[in-house]
Amino acid sequence: MLEIRNLHARVEGGEILHGIDLSVKPGEVHAIMGPNGSGKSTLAKVLAGREGYQVTEGAVLFDGKDLLSMLPEDRAREGLFLGFQYPIEIPGVSNMYFLKTALNEIRKHRGQPELDAMDFLVLAREKMKMVEMDESLINRSVNEGFSGGEKKRNEIFQMAVLEPRLAILDETDSGLDIDALRVVSQGINALRREDRAMVLVTHYQRLLNYVVPDRVHVMIDGQIVRSGGKEFALELEEKGYVWLEEAEKARSY
Amino acid sequence: MAETADARHMYLSSYQQFEKSDAGRRHPWLRQLREDAVTRFERLGFPTTHDEGWRHTNVAPISKVRFRPAAHEFDGLTAPELGSFTFGDDDSCRLVFINGAYSGELSTASALPPGTHVKNLAAALETERALLEPHLARLASSEANPFVALNTAFLSDGAFVYIPPGTILDQVLHLVFLSSSRGEASVSHPRNLVLVGDDCQASIVESYGGLDHGVYFTNTVTEVVLGSNALLDHYKLQRESEDSYHVGTLQVLQERSSRLYSHSISLGGALVRNDLNTVMNGEGCDCTLNGLYVTRGRQLVDNHTCIDHARPHCDSRELYKGILDDQSRGVFSGKILVRKDAQKTSARQTNKNLLLSEEALANTTPELQIFADDVKCTHGATIGHLDEEELFYTRSRGIGAEAARTLLTYAFASDILGSVKFKPIQCQIDLVLLTRLSRGRN
Repeated sequence: MLEIRNLHARVEGGEILHGIDLSVKPGEVHAIMGPNGSGKSTLAKVLAGREGYQVTEGAVLFDGKDLLSMLPEDRAREGLFLGFQYPIEIPGVSNMYFLKTALNEIRKHRGQPELDAMDFLVLAREKMKMVEMDESLINRSVNEGFSGGEKKRNEIFQMAVLEPRLAILDETDSGLDIDALRVVSQGINALRREDRAMVLVTHYQRLLNYVVPDRVHVMIDGQIVRSGGKEFALELEEKGYVWLEEAEKARSY
Repeated sequence: MAETADARHMYLSSYQQFEKSDAGRRHPWLRQLREDAVTRFERLGFPTTHDEGWRHTNVAPISKVRFRPAAHEFDGLTAPELGSFTFGDDDSCRLVFINGAYSGELSTASALPPGTHVKNLAAALETERALLEPHLARLASSEANPFVALNTAFLSDGAFVYIPPGTILDQVLHLVFLSSSRGEASVSHPRNLVLVGDDCQASIVESYGGLDHGVYFTNTVTEVVLGSNALLDHYKLQRESEDSYHVGTLQVLQERSSRLYSHSISLGGALVRNDLNTVMNGEGCDCTLNGLYVTRGRQLVDNHTCIDHARPHCDSRELYKGILDDQSRGVFSGKILVRKDAQKTSARQTNKNLLLSEEALANTTPELQIFADDVKCTHGATIGHLDEEELFYTRSRGIGAEAARTLLTYAFASDILGSVKFKPIQCQIDLVLLTRLSRGRN
């Protein structure tokens, strides 16, 4: 479903990604872990098409199509979803209007009829229950004045409504207390399907106690240095990243 | 300069003709007002960018054109055509003016509470002199603003609204001013007087629109007296042709504990200047001034406001927002005057500008003159572009780049639109704005 081949990317003059290779199949959940500044979030933004990130080498195929040549909105319409590390506040646009507009754009692209306000509300209510989101948030401006936990729930809620084929969740667990983490994880698990893939970008292992990944990758200095199964995450939790960073340094000498 | 002198001369000779023929000449007191005003205009002439208050706005485009007095007869408009300028408010009370002259046919009057007058000024001059003489041309200063002097010199028709004390008006009063140049540059000077008695509650909409895309100049003055404990919702919706010129003054006198909610929306006009002055002349007054200007092409919209905190314990809140595209310009100047004994004043002023192009320009000038010591006054201004993070977030959810820009631009104006309490007006402004925003970009 997602094929990343030798991806190099730079931002503001400096190269951050130095050749990423990653293959994700439908139904799989991959975790990308690594220390701060290793390029995890950059990878997520490059995949979603954030301006200012320049791909200098390599290719990304999404269902066999060239992802990097698509506009951000077309990536979303094709079924890619980025859960933001820091969800953006948009004063003056209601959550409801925002998400209904987005869903209908995606439905149009899929050749499905658009939903009217009533049908959308029924759908939204059902999905909000899944992430235990306060219903009043749907009428508020997008993320405006939301707590950290509410913003992350809102991301998972959006994902539930938009039903992407590939979700990249960037540090969705950061800043969550244990209850919110449990709820968000339940939401993610409920959305696991055999035709949907997920990439969890995370600094900590604790999310992976709730959402068990199929593959775990460690990214250091813009490269994936080691990959393993779900038990690899536990090893990382125990040993930290330093031994890998040192091994990486030793290797490059 | 010579051109300006020429233009002045042209208005003076046009005044001679007007004074000979206008029905108002039968009233000596009115003639005196007009004589004084024309003398003042002759002395002042058009303002230049050397005049404080006109530094950012060069009125040469107005003083250069030889505008003829607008033809009063206009029979080309039918009631359905009027529809796009109204709020589907056929049950409401509506006065329609074409090129400054009242059109009885297009106006509608619903049943008004006893003692309430909503009629054209020319008629009221004949029948309601006792009500209007003490106020007409006594509030807006001809000395401070040559355009007010010019308007008073040509004072002939407009709207007269009188609401007797203790009246709650349920329906909105809609004053519609439409211009048509019919190929010839023309000028009209609508003059309105609104008297809201003690303990009243009323909503008034002034709409300015164009019937064609010609060059015309609307020079309007509205004077408002708000009695004690009265509440007025005032809307000015200006959407004339983008080749037209519009200069308008709204002058309000607020008596004790009165509340003014003003909403000023400017969408049209090549050059637009709005002056909004309110004097809080009693304790416990409150005013909210909200403004929105949306410009493109080479439009210039200039909003000057002055809030005179003349008495203690008055609150004012002001929020003006501009959305500026292409090479257009927005000017905002907000003066807050807190007089010496106006203790416990609270005043808050904000001006925000959203630039949609690299060439659009915003000038913003707060002017706080505070002579009392126990006051709370704040002001702030911003000028910026659409937020890249917000755009990306929106697009990352599947919403196209253009739709995302329109959505976020609209969102920028949302708090102004949200403050419009009367739903049909909000819907109308919504519609005009959305059409404008989605059409304005390509």
